[in-house]
Amino acid sequence: MQSKLSGWSKAYLIIVFIILYAPILFLVMYSFSKGNTMSNFHGFTFDHYQTLFHDPRLIQIVLDTLIVALLSSLFATIIGTAGALGVYETRHRAIRQTVLSLNNILMVSPDVIIGASFLIFFTMLGLRLGFISVLLSHIAFSIPIVVLLVLPKLNEMNASMIDAAADLGANPWQTLTRVILPAIMPGIFSGFLMAVTYSLDDFAVTFFVTGNGFSTLSVEIYSRARQGVDLEINALSALWFLVSLLLIAGYYFLEQYNQGRKTKNRQQVEAVIK
Amino acid sequence: MKQGKLFYYIPYGLWIALFVIAPVVLIVYQSFFNIAGHFTLSNYATYFHSGVYLKMTFNSVWYAFLITAITLLISYPTAYLLNQLKHKQLWLLLIILPTWINLLLKTYAFIGLLSRSGSVDSFLTFIGIGPKQLLFTDASFLFVATYIEIPFMILPIYNAIAELSPSYVNASRDLGASGWQTFSRVIFPLTLDGVKSGVQSVFIPSLSLFMITRLIGGNRVITLGTAIEQHFLVTQNWGMGSTIGVILIVAMVITMLLTGERKKKGRTRHAK
Repeated sequence: MQSKLSGWSKAYLIIVFIILYAPILFLVMYSFSKGNTMSNFHGFTFDHYQTLFHDPRLIQIVLDTLIVALLSSLFATIIGTAGALGVYETRHRAIRQTVLSLNNILMVSPDVIIGASFLIFFTMLGLRLGFISVLLSHIAFSIPIVVLLVLPKLNEMNASMIDAAADLGANPWQTLTRVILPAIMPGIFSGFLMAVTYSLDDFAVTFFVTGNGFSTLSVEIYSRARQGVDLEINALSALWFLVSLLLIAGYYFLEQYNQGRKTKNRQQVEAVIK
Repeated sequence: MKQGKLFYYIPYGLWIALFVIAPVVLIVYQSFFNIAGHFTLSNYATYFHSGVYLKMTFNSVWYAFLITAITLLISYPTAYLLNQLKHKQLWLLLIILPTWINLLLKTYAFIGLLSRSGSVDSFLTFIGIGPKQLLFTDASFLFVATYIEIPFMILPIYNAIAELSPSYVNASRDLGASGWQTFSRVIFPLTLDGVKSGVQSVFIPSLSLFMITRLIGGNRVITLGTAIEQHFLVTQNWGMGSTIGVILIVAMVITMLLTGERKKKGRTRHAK
């Protein structure tokens, strides 16, 4: 397969990958530099990592960012999966379309609109800006992607399985937990991962709805970056990159495993049929 | 079953009401109030009569168009070539991986790369072009914005190409079409939906990027997003900010209508 690509094509892909990764590798490289700026590598050191691990404020912000990401994704996955099930069971076409259109509003809305309108909303409610407002916002903007990732799995699912479960005497709860949820688990899982990604990557919405006391990583980096380069941030991004690599490797192997299991199951079924 | 449906819709419906409908209504409502809190149409009057806002809107749309066009030009071949690779899922993951890196970190990297006496500047001096002002220019803004958006364009196009059955391509070749004809008459039309959703997911955010205009563009480029942020968080004129927000929503709806048309047609055709 690989030999099908001409030299030019390969060169093109290589250049795209270099452009995509150069800035990141550049950040990582300078996290080991002795200097204070991102120019002229001054020799290898772990100093910036030590500063990082002795900076309680930054560690707190990293923890807060992770907590917001995991909590918001968890809630968004639950609500989004419920939403997808609701849409799936809605037979009325017009209602279904309306709900899906409403669902997609936050997907396509620019971040500043979401941030500004949530800011007005929270201010009118009298909610203090901080952890809660950030968490609520992250849950809110992650729900639609979960719905969009779970719904296709529901539509792919063989609907007669639900009838079969009902015929065999399963109550709705059993049908849900034993038949439907296992069938759509890959969708739920990718929904959760996407929600985590959305939350970790968000800057604009958080920037609008966070108060003075609470900060996430992106907001913190924004305020630091406006003051100039600080190699402690480089050290942080190196660690961040490592975590991302591990996450994506885990995701990839899980997918491979699932694929493998599927084909194995199919082979068994075929063997039985024969 | 009916009860189940209601049960599912309680949290989800609540979310739609509180976080989808209410904020949109509120931002429209807020746009009718001036800074002193009086109901007025003056925000819209200001927007349409002062050339500043109209020019800013035009600029913002123009930059978003440029970003989308450049991103598309780079992404389509990439998505196509990725599909030819062995282990293409792994390569796709590697394209997506940079999007898992926080947006701010990537932008921050460019501050280091492009700043005076930064690496790119040193390189230019080394090859004899001499030091240049790279940061805080329009070009640097375009470059960084394109860099950020590329994976979001590649992903939908990649999926569209992956769904394309190779037998169409083979049939076209068998029937004597040249490589370019196969591409322009078969491959591109059949993957147009992917292109459209890519354009949608790049153009709309590009209208509202404010962080890159501040950190990389050095406030030379003012997008709609920058103006909204300025009004909400700096001058505290929420009314005017909301007015620009409404304009941005209108721009967004127009974009969606333009890029979503084909899809709807397809849907009704298949529904029969």
